[in-house]
Amino acid sequence: MKISRRRFLLSTAVVGGGVLIGYSALKPSKHRRANAELVTGEERYVTSFIKIEPNNKITIYVPHSEMGQGVHTSLPMMAADELDAAWEDITVEQAPATDMFANGELIKGLAGEVGIPGFLTGLINFSAVSVAEIMNLQVTGGSSSVRFTGESSMRTAGAAARQMLVECAANRWGVAASECSTQLTHVQHNASGRSLSYGELAVDAALLEPPENVTLKDPSQFTIMGKAISRVDIPAKVDGSAEYGIDAQSEDMLYAAIRLAPVFGTKLVSVDAGDVLGRRGVKRIIELEDSVAVVADSYWRAKEALKLVKSEFESSDADTTSSADLFAGFERSLSEDDNSEVLEVGDADAAMEDAADVIEGNYTVPYLAHAAMEPMNCTVHIHGAIAEVWTSTQDALGIKGRVAKIAGLSEDDAVFHHSYLGGGFGRRLPFNWNVIDHATLIAKEFDVPVKTVMSREDDMQQDYYRPAVASNFKAAFDANGMVKAWHNRFTGPIQTPGASHIPYAIPNQSIAVVDGDTHVPIAAWRSVDHSQQTFFTESFVDEIAHRSGKNPYQFRMEMLAEHPRHRKVLEVAAEAAGYGQNLPEGHAMGIAVQESFGSIVAEVAEVSLDENNRPVVHKVTCAIDCGWAVNPDTVEAQVESGIIYGLTAALYGEISIENGRVAQNNFPDYEMVRMNDAPEIDVHIVESGEELGGLGEPSTPPLAAAVSNGLYILTGQRVRELPLKNHDFSRSTPIAQV
Amino acid sequence: MASFKVNGIEQNLDIEPEMPLLWALRDELGMTGTKFGCGIASCGACTVHVNGSAVRSCVTPVSAIQGQEITTIEGLAMVAAGANPSAPDLSAVQQAWIDHQVPQCGYCQSGMIMAVSSLLATNPNPSDADIDSSITNVCRCGSYPRVRKAIHSLAIA
Repeated sequence: MKISRRRFLLSTAVVGGGVLIGYSALKPSKHRRANAELVTGEERYVTSFIKIEPNNKITIYVPHSEMGQGVHTSLPMMAADELDAAWEDITVEQAPATDMFANGELIKGLAGEVGIPGFLTGLINFSAVSVAEIMNLQVTGGSSSVRFTGESSMRTAGAAARQMLVECAANRWGVAASECSTQLTHVQHNASGRSLSYGELAVDAALLEPPENVTLKDPSQFTIMGKAISRVDIPAKVDGSAEYGIDAQSEDMLYAAIRLAPVFGTKLVSVDAGDVLGRRGVKRIIELEDSVAVVADSYWRAKEALKLVKSEFESSDADTTSSADLFAGFERSLSEDDNSEVLEVGDADAAMEDAADVIEGNYTVPYLAHAAMEPMNCTVHIHGAIAEVWTSTQDALGIKGRVAKIAGLSEDDAVFHHSYLGGGFGRRLPFNWNVIDHATLIAKEFDVPVKTVMSREDDMQQDYYRPAVASNFKAAFDANGMVKAWHNRFTGPIQTPGASHIPYAIPNQSIAVVDGDTHVPIAAWRSVDHSQQTFFTESFVDEIAHRSGKNPYQFRMEMLAEHPRHRKVLEVAAEAAGYGQNLPEGHAMGIAVQESFGSIVAEVAEVSLDENNRPVVHKVTCAIDCGWAVNPDTVEAQVESGIIYGLTAALYGEISIENGRVAQNNFPDYEMVRMNDAPEIDVHIVESGEELGGLGEPSTPPLAAAVSNGLYILTGQRVRELPLKNHDFSRSTPIAQV
Repeated sequence: MASFKVNGIEQNLDIEPEMPLLWALRDELGMTGTKFGCGIASCGACTVHVNGSAVRSCVTPVSAIQGQEITTIEGLAMVAAGANPSAPDLSAVQQAWIDHQVPQCGYCQSGMIMAVSSLLATNPNPSDADIDSSITNVCRCGSYPRVRKAIHSLAIA
């Protein structure tokens, strides 16, 4: 396996020498277009994702962004395995941002799962976005790359290409295709001992129509999938050569520092730049509708100069709004109960009236920022009628269209330059346009590349946040202590339909959403609604278990008779964690389970309090059923990642609103889990053989509830509000474990 | 004139004395391996070595490193190997980062590797507590468990 060392920076989109073999068996026209438009030498696209050169070197184009989730390795593994190529012969490249490499399969996959793509719904004005616009994306999100693009496009492309190469070899030898076999980038005719490399066949193979139907391998035939293959992007990430959007550079580049309206949705009124223009390196002060920017010959000079620029923004109704006001608004919405039904099973209201006992729990979580390590940035160069763009994005094609639109150009006149992403987590999804739009408008004023960079403070205060949510629960019990009804009202909007559902066999359920709109812009945040909803539901289920007098693990197992995959991950996690066995003095375990993005995850958190009565998470034991594992080491890494991301949110995560604006500035007041807080993580992959599930997100949702449920056992305090840093555990009374 | 060595090469830059080393490296010298994360020495993404010790370059003005030896991620292996032409392309820490598949998005890892290299130079066998107190870099992808394993794999007993 070789890594393409091609520098992303200022490189043109595609493609040296070699033959492309096909986007998908269903779209033969794409490899024809690729061969017509992209090929310069003897190489051929046999599908538009697979290019074969005469020397038998194979390039696989990945139509997804690499943001650390390993997709530049796992997707090529899927194609290479079906192709029967040797992994050493594979080079991986980012697919260019053209519609030839758009990934409608992902959208179709998500649409099949949740009705409409989860991360595109709810907050955005869905009706304003045409279906064509949505299909024409290269989105990386929804934990979807491997399970949809991989299963639907990459494996199919590999299998189709293999079939075409076999057909060519059989024709050349005058034998039946069925007499030929493939391995290690060669076709063989076993009876005669003849062999041809794919490179020797590719020019002919590219003339064939890809087959309409291909047979994918049975897992027993896998040679690459299922192995822990080293990630192709890692070597460049240890020697400083990996390039991110923020690393775009050129000799004549200018840099913009920008101040956006601190109260969301307000406009710039006036600017007093003083003598800032006289400072070294400062080129221009740019006033935009909602912001002011300083452009200089270095980012530091621009940023320092911007500090001296005075600006006034219009006043707004939100100027005095605080988090307390927003949560009071949520309370009003919940009390008015002008709701939209999410789920009705049986008759929850009647069951409440007949109940021997009812418990209630009112939960809240705050807004959260994404805080990707690479601050938001975008470089745009508008020259003549061409707009070039460099930015770390989860949607290259969408960004290209957006920049063209803002620049007043047609999409064909925009050129996108790929890079790695310094974290995504949903911040770099389409419709979170703020840096992109501003960078484009600023660059319009110059004929050289202009790099607009948000400071960490800008990044924190001008995000599109995980929504704050309030969620009120009631549960009804009969005289025997059996739970009979589940009643839940929560504030919207819903971004992920179904996230508030529970798998438990409670006979009467009423779940509904009420209005939760505020002036704070929101977006998808790793695991989207599952992150809040799972904290709520898995905590309240824990309350029900304790009220029932049952062990929280046993209670879940009993209530999940219809969900064997849930039971299995609970069982594996509990056993591996030693759940129910003796723990060190002052330690306790909490458990939670959630299905999201096609994977089912159970987590057991072992917790204690430190000498200052602050929560400590010692170990998280996790079992994930993601169907099967394409690259087991990547599965583990993603699960670890999701757990740490969830732990930061649970312990510390809080964006609060004061005077209409975000109060937090930087990492000191938006605290992060670091080495000293990071627990040991023990991951168990449960291979159920079911359809592939997602990996980037599903380990985040259960974490907060698992930790809080453990803290309840340890302290007797039920955590109904996050983050945990706001709780005082100094007067705690451990409860007796059942 | 700001004068200092970067990865063994003398640099003389006509820049303001208060310009942080981070921006001198990135915008003046075009060396983008050192990353901007927070600008206030909180996250460690910008960590470089000054005379072999980890320093957060985003708050280190070039006036403070006049005449000194800076090592960045781009020069780490070379500086570690000295003038030995047969030395490996990567330092032991970098190789451990590959062996343990530490990076995810990778953006913080330049700083993480520089911080760990500095720690191991003075404490070749750090305990978990040593690691916790010395390595305070932020990684949003949560590579911490692998960082810890990779450090322990490098320990000289």
